Amino acid sequence: MKTIARFSPLAAAMPILIALVGAMPAAHAEGDYRAKALSMMKQDFVTKGQATADRVSEDGLQAICNRTGNKPPADIAKRLEADQLAAIKLPADGKLLGDWKSGEQIAQSGRGFTWSDAPGLPVGGNCYNCHQIAPKETSFGTVGPSLYRFGKLRGNTAETQKYVFGKIYNAKAYNLCSAMPRFGHIGALTEKQVKDLVALLLDPNSPVNQ
Amino acid sequence: MKYPIAVAAMLALVLQPAGAQDRPAAVKKSAKPTVAAPAEQKDAATLEFEKFRTQMEQGGNPAELFELQGEEFWKAKRGPKKVSLAESCDLGLGLGVVNGAYVQMPRYFADAGKVMDAERRIVWCMVEKQGFKFDDLAKRPFASGNYTPEQTSLVTYVAARSTNMKIAVPLKDPHVREVYEIGKEVVNYRAGPYDFACNTCHGEDGKRIRMQNLPNLSTPQGALTAVLGWPGYRMTGSVMLTHQWRMGDCFRQQRFPQPKYASDTVTALLTYMTANANGQMYKGLGIKR
Repeated sequence: MKTIARFSPLAAAMPILIALVGAMPAAHAEGDYRAKALSMMKQDFVTKGQATADRVSEDGLQAICNRTGNKPPADIAKRLEADQLAAIKLPADGKLLGDWKSGEQIAQSGRGFTWSDAPGLPVGGNCYNCHQIAPKETSFGTVGPSLYRFGKLRGNTAETQKYVFGKIYNAKAYNLCSAMPRFGHIGALTEKQVKDLVALLLDPNSPVNQ
Repeated sequence: MKYPIAVAAMLALVLQPAGAQDRPAAVKKSAKPTVAAPAEQKDAATLEFEKFRTQMEQGGNPAELFELQGEEFWKAKRGPKKVSLAESCDLGLGLGVVNGAYVQMPRYFADAGKVMDAERRIVWCMVEKQGFKFDDLAKRPFASGNYTPEQTSLVTYVAARSTNMKIAVPLKDPHVREVYEIGKEVVNYRAGPYDFACNTCHGEDGKRIRMQNLPNLSTPQGALTAVLGWPGYRMTGSVMLTHQWRMGDCFRQQRFPQPKYASDTVTALLTYMTANANGQMYKGLGIKR
């Protein structure tokens, strides 16, 4: 599975981290507990199934969000969001709108990446876990905003398609410490799957926009 | 009250929804919602289950079977050293004292030099006092199929003896306070392929995954919701499971690796959420979907 890319070296974020820690005078006691929590967790987890023990290590982006309570200073957030944005791979043929029917199936599935899931792709998009999407599905979560009528409200323009593709591919490119996973960036969802989800949200024929 | 158990267990088998954890059953409605439904809204399956749970809790929770088994284990001379826990194990309130011990853990145990939750303390006693080997106990620490670990029955017994008592984790003890603060860090720590922390889902009020309400662990009410019902009899799989097990299952869904059995990290989490529920009533053994 192509998940190596997600652990972009912590070293890249190190100068920022050092600057951050230096800039936070009141963080001493808190930092002490954090350090203890980190070394404790490093010892306390073991590989099970595909969930390898190294998943407990934070990557650069996670480290920044962890140290700022998910509210990084604006200048740092901007820089790192730009890095994430630059790594988004748009489809070579420029076509971003896939098949909404297949998108609906991807949105329904929450499978993938746990130690009890079969390793490998494809995995689900987990979308309904957190979002309201098509009106037929009433079992939806509320961790994220409702996406019902998304295309109606935002329009199906090239610009919106690009934004939605990017947002699903890597939500952190737009909001550094977003709760949403970086589905494309970590290699969880394929390009085709992301396109199908774009269609679910934007295609005028999708039930989302009826 | 103890012997509608067999009937209740059979009912549980019949009602057991497969894979409810990952995808709670929902009843489709024809009305088109235009805004996200309020968090308090419960689907028909949830309401039906809650009614059933109330009946079970009043009329004979299958968990009581494990409580009885645990009581036998507690009192019997067992292990290579042939001593009973009743005569050798201190759960924090004195040698062999069980009543009220569960709601006052996690706590610091000077003999172990550690803050421990109930399950970890019981395992510690089994190893240190009775001579069982930790690795044997950790090999298959949670119930599955027809297998229930002895320590699960013991935890169930000990927990039942705190029914209707106030949760009182001794947070004034600096050892406990430190572990609490470390637990708070664990709850906020994002990592893994999906960048999830416990708090990605459990840090705000009124959120849901699908139809499942998510308690906010930082509030007294949310923390209580997370503590109540453990240890509990889970109808999916018809097994008796402990709060330690539940922490592991959270990490699974967080896409984390597996926490080692009876580890500091799990104790820290339990310390954080149980202490946040301090002062509120523990209602005893639970029934879980």
